[in-house]
Amino acid sequence: MSTALMVKKRTPVRPARILLHVFLAGTALAWLAPLLWAIFAALRPYAETSNKGYVSWPDKLTFDNFTNAYQQSDMLHYFGNTLIIAVPAVLLTLLLASMVAFYVSRFDFRLNIFLLLVFTAGNLLPQQVIITPLYRLYLLIDLPGITMSGKLYDSALGLVLIHMAFQSGFCAFVLSNYMRMLPHELTEAALVDGASVWRQYWQIVLPLCKPAMAALATLLSIWIYNDFFWAIVLISTGENMPITSALNNLSGQYFTDPNLVAAGALLTAIPTLIVYFLLQRQFVSGLTLGANKG
Amino acid sequence: MTSETTSKSPEAAAVPPPGASREKKRVPQGHRRLLTRRDRVTLAFMAGVPTVLHVALVWVTALASIALAFTTWDGIGFDSIKWVGLDNFRQLFTDNPQFWPAVEHNVIWFVVLILIPTPMGLFLAVQLDKRIRFSRVYQTAFFLPVVVSLAVTGFVWQLVYNPDTGLINSLIGANKPGHYIDWIGNPDLNLWAVLVAASWRHTGYMMILYLAGLKGVDPSLREASALDGANEWQTFKNVIFPTLRPTNTVVLVVTIIEALRAFDLVFVFNKGAQGTELLSILITNNIIGESSRIGYGSAIAVVLLVISLAVIIPYLIATFRKERRA
Repeated sequence: MSTALMVKKRTPVRPARILLHVFLAGTALAWLAPLLWAIFAALRPYAETSNKGYVSWPDKLTFDNFTNAYQQSDMLHYFGNTLIIAVPAVLLTLLLASMVAFYVSRFDFRLNIFLLLVFTAGNLLPQQVIITPLYRLYLLIDLPGITMSGKLYDSALGLVLIHMAFQSGFCAFVLSNYMRMLPHELTEAALVDGASVWRQYWQIVLPLCKPAMAALATLLSIWIYNDFFWAIVLISTGENMPITSALNNLSGQYFTDPNLVAAGALLTAIPTLIVYFLLQRQFVSGLTLGANKG
Repeated sequence: MTSETTSKSPEAAAVPPPGASREKKRVPQGHRRLLTRRDRVTLAFMAGVPTVLHVALVWVTALASIALAFTTWDGIGFDSIKWVGLDNFRQLFTDNPQFWPAVEHNVIWFVVLILIPTPMGLFLAVQLDKRIRFSRVYQTAFFLPVVVSLAVTGFVWQLVYNPDTGLINSLIGANKPGHYIDWIGNPDLNLWAVLVAASWRHTGYMMILYLAGLKGVDPSLREASALDGANEWQTFKNVIFPTLRPTNTVVLVVTIIEALRAFDLVFVFNKGAQGTELLSILITNNIIGESSRIGYGSAIAVVLLVISLAVIIPYLIATFRKERRA
């Protein structure tokens, strides 16, 4: 009976489906339009667009703007800055968050909920709430010989620390939920065998959290790569800025040439796009795993 | 064997709050007995290091914001910190020509996000949940703006809105003197222009959250509804939407937080010039601007903090209470 129903239903649905596809394809195209427009502008020589206007048929499409933007602003250097900040920040955030999550989820202590509340709430705060004292704090902490600036301010270390402190809240929340789903017998057996707490964490629980860790690593990499605010305030030397924040200064350099700005902006988006296309599933699952992220 | 048999519970070693060493019945006894001293030190370290870092950089600074809001300080030496009571707030609420517009813009930001891109995201999610072909391609397109940094988003939309060279003005011929439309500079227009970009991004985000929510809807509900003769809209309104309640809560909180956090896009777009002032921008201008007024900037931060916590705390308490029951 149910198959008969299905067949009956499927026939009239067809035109609606086509309509739906038309709608979705149209909307998707509209959604991509601003990015496509930026690509189009970036591919055209400035002389041509200033002559013919931007809405015109292109005579020449080249990658010159991309190579110029890349070379003129020494973009490789800024990508390097980002790498120095993002790699340790992602790894250390995951390490710290998984340790807290392990503690909170495996040992049913009184403080669990409170600790988790503190971490999660902290992560949801707007960054600007804490920036004034944080800025002062970073200026006050002297680290002669450890950072280039001799302070926490204007250093990669400072950015790594604030990323860790801020993002560990979200990751701890997600990971503790994940670890709670693992059967308790796993660690109890190890405990009876005399395995230390650290071994339970490092050799038993952590390997089982690989899917969640992979999702979070993807998410964190993109967030930290995309961070704009911390570096704008906590880094003063333009040379030390990570790429996303450096873009703000760089755009000033080639201000009069919007095509070059477009090319520069698109170049900085490429790493995130690569990560996204390769690891889309990880990214999305990370985002929905702990959907209470601001 | 080094297993200890003392009844002292291990959390006392981790963080020493009053009353924490009291026994807890729910803990399996075997667990605790098998912990060695080294294990306790390890646990204290595992919970302590991240907590100290997080509390020091996030909560101590948040509290410092509150304290500094009642002072004036030029930032040079601690001696120059002077207690001024509510002066900063008084000035903020009565004298600052940017404060109330900023509050208004943050509110508008939220209202627009919740009224336009959020239902749009829900609508797209419902369509894409229909086991439709190319669903992933569409999802990728809608979600792309969420992945790209807000700074890049700001630059991309500048290319659309630029009064001389932008897409819109070129298309409608408003880039000639006389019919100039200044989307970025005109204080009556720029907030709406930037909100289009923010909505562009928010839609994809909401779509993903709702898609995850829809995946959790029991398919038999839908079948039952169809068998009862309900049409698509009735099924959605009476069956699907009510079961999306948890997702709706998350969406509401995320949208409020996004509205309070809005910064990058505006900063790139026009540095928060007249028409696009936001609380976050005012705070930042008080740090990196020419005139660094620490106490005053902190007072604005306190306003933002109070609004944020008013949303965050009830939400999290409800979430954790539900989890504990589960």
